[in-house]
Amino acid sequence: MGRPGRLRAWFRRLDELHEAYFVGRWRSGLRREARRQEELLLALLFLEALGVENPAGYQTLELYPHLVESFHAWHRRAGLERFPEPGVCC
Amino acid sequence: MPAVVVLVVVLGIFALAYRFYSAYLAERVYALDDSLTTPAHEFEDGVDYVPTNKHVLFGHHFTSVAGAAPIVGPAIAVFWGWGPALLWIVLGTVFGAGVHDFGSLVVSARHKAQNMGTLTESVISPRSRTMFLIIQFFLLTLVNAVFAVVIGILLVANPEAVIPIFVEIPLAIFIGQYIYRTKTSALVPSIVGVLGLYALIGVGQAFPIDIIGIAEPLGMSSRTLWIVILFIYTAIASRIPVWVLLQPRDYINSHQLFIALGVIFLGLAIGLDSMQGPLVNTQVPADSPNWFPFLFVTIACGAISGFHTLVASGTTSRQLDRDTDARYVGYMGSLGEGSLALGSVLAVTAGVTAAGIDLSYSSMYPDFTTASDGAVGYFVSGIAGFASHLGVPISLGTVFAAVVVVSFAATSLDTGVRLQRYIIQEVAGNAGFRPLARNLTLATAVAVAIPLALALAPGGGQTGYAFGRLWVLFGTTNQLTAGLALTVIAVWVTRNGRGALAQIVPLVFLLVMTTWALILNLQGFISEGDWVLGPIDAVILGLALWLIVEAAITMRRVLAERGAPVAGAEGGRR
Repeated sequence: MGRPGRLRAWFRRLDELHEAYFVGRWRSGLRREARRQEELLLALLFLEALGVENPAGYQTLELYPHLVESFHAWHRRAGLERFPEPGVCC
Repeated sequence: MPAVVVLVVVLGIFALAYRFYSAYLAERVYALDDSLTTPAHEFEDGVDYVPTNKHVLFGHHFTSVAGAAPIVGPAIAVFWGWGPALLWIVLGTVFGAGVHDFGSLVVSARHKAQNMGTLTESVISPRSRTMFLIIQFFLLTLVNAVFAVVIGILLVANPEAVIPIFVEIPLAIFIGQYIYRTKTSALVPSIVGVLGLYALIGVGQAFPIDIIGIAEPLGMSSRTLWIVILFIYTAIASRIPVWVLLQPRDYINSHQLFIALGVIFLGLAIGLDSMQGPLVNTQVPADSPNWFPFLFVTIACGAISGFHTLVASGTTSRQLDRDTDARYVGYMGSLGEGSLALGSVLAVTAGVTAAGIDLSYSSMYPDFTTASDGAVGYFVSGIAGFASHLGVPISLGTVFAAVVVVSFAATSLDTGVRLQRYIIQEVAGNAGFRPLARNLTLATAVAVAIPLALALAPGGGQTGYAFGRLWVLFGTTNQLTAGLALTVIAVWVTRNGRGALAQIVPLVFLLVMTTWALILNLQGFISEGDWVLGPIDAVILGLALWLIVEAAITMRRVLAERGAPVAGAEGGRR
């Protein structure tokens, strides 16, 4: 490997190290925030099954089939092994 | 004595402590076992629970626990001589912080990565959770007050640092947005961002911002006005989502931490400065606090810090790949913090001897008030001294160091006000005071008003309290948090049939020193008729006594039931 190649390899290694040490923590903060927003949406949609009114129920009806799987993972993370209302997801 | 000798000796002791004492803790006390499934694997979700390489996790843990506090405390404590300060940093780190941080990580990992607040409830008693919340309330109030004063002191002394510090805010937002919106490498933009921040030091030097012209017509000192501005900024910043400002600032700071450590140790090695000042200060004025017990609560985070348990439990414990990694991440993390405290002592004793810095020990540490008010400035000058050995002019190095310390302190302030708001809302909710629990603006106003009042009263808007008094009170709450964590760890170790002497010795020492300091402080406050800090000291003393009683009752109970199986104490096996 010539000098430019070694330099590129060294830079790539430095970039990986930087990504792992510094950027990874920051990206996981972003993922946490994205998940928080997604969970807010899930709560808005699915808690209707438990009687909490969803004011945008009619407009969001088509979203349910796409979000059932995420909702199942969410209520398990929240400590509910099975969602109390039968027929919603498990 | 050449400072590099001190550096080598202390780092050598840290290396031996890691090799032998942490191995003993891992094997005989915490009984680490790789066949156990860590929470990172059990609950892996790609966000919070992520099995992480131990070297990377150490980096995350260290940058989270390191801040301005382990710099300020040791710099003040050199007042009693650099010998006692270094001795407690070494002993406290090896036998206190190492046991505490490592233990917090292990106990949390064995309890599904629960945080220390929850652990106090499940391991000690439900009422301990209330005690934990109250201690955190006072800890955060004092953290916010002391860091606002630290920043105020530095911005008044270094008006050249104002522009870089305030430009850091949009810079952090920009870098944050860049990483958020692009998937490309962040290395180059990060380097450009950090270098850009330091390049602004030149602009700051050309246009130093002194606010005395605005402060005087308002009947305030510059420091007071800076403190007011800081709390207005923090009230706004604490309402912005963390990923917009707080986390990108933290991201920039994590780079600055490694740069500052590099400057300290490289500058020291090249400059070969000698230690200035006495090994033990025998010229301490008669009315100064005695080093027994005040040295220990003054150094606080520089030796053992309760804040680390908040990071180790609940955050780092969720990323532990293997059980045995806890030794490297937890114990080494505390040694890293001890090294930062060592760097602080070396900066104020050796760094300040560099050519161009006119600071003698007698002018820096004539009495405790001057020592505590000036400590952070001495550290900044010391770093400038080390940087001068690397070819950086003293004036530039001084502003660089001020920018680093203010960045750390400002991030602590942002986080502190935000956490304080959560605690106020939780306590208000528990007490049934719904307007405060539900109204974010009201809760933020309360979270800001209390430390602001503490930072300013009763100095008539001029200088506020002598910084050392606030600092010592902050140190006591920090040590009580560590004491609570050590109690949890000791109880868990005992319940699992192993000896808890490694926890009980630092716990007893910590509680005795903290209670002793609180009693002496209270006597002083009563004799001076101080009815602001006096009652706060009395409440913290009450908390210390409560903790002692709670720890004694719990230890007595678990010793009586020792040998009984503990349901759910250990994680599942892989």
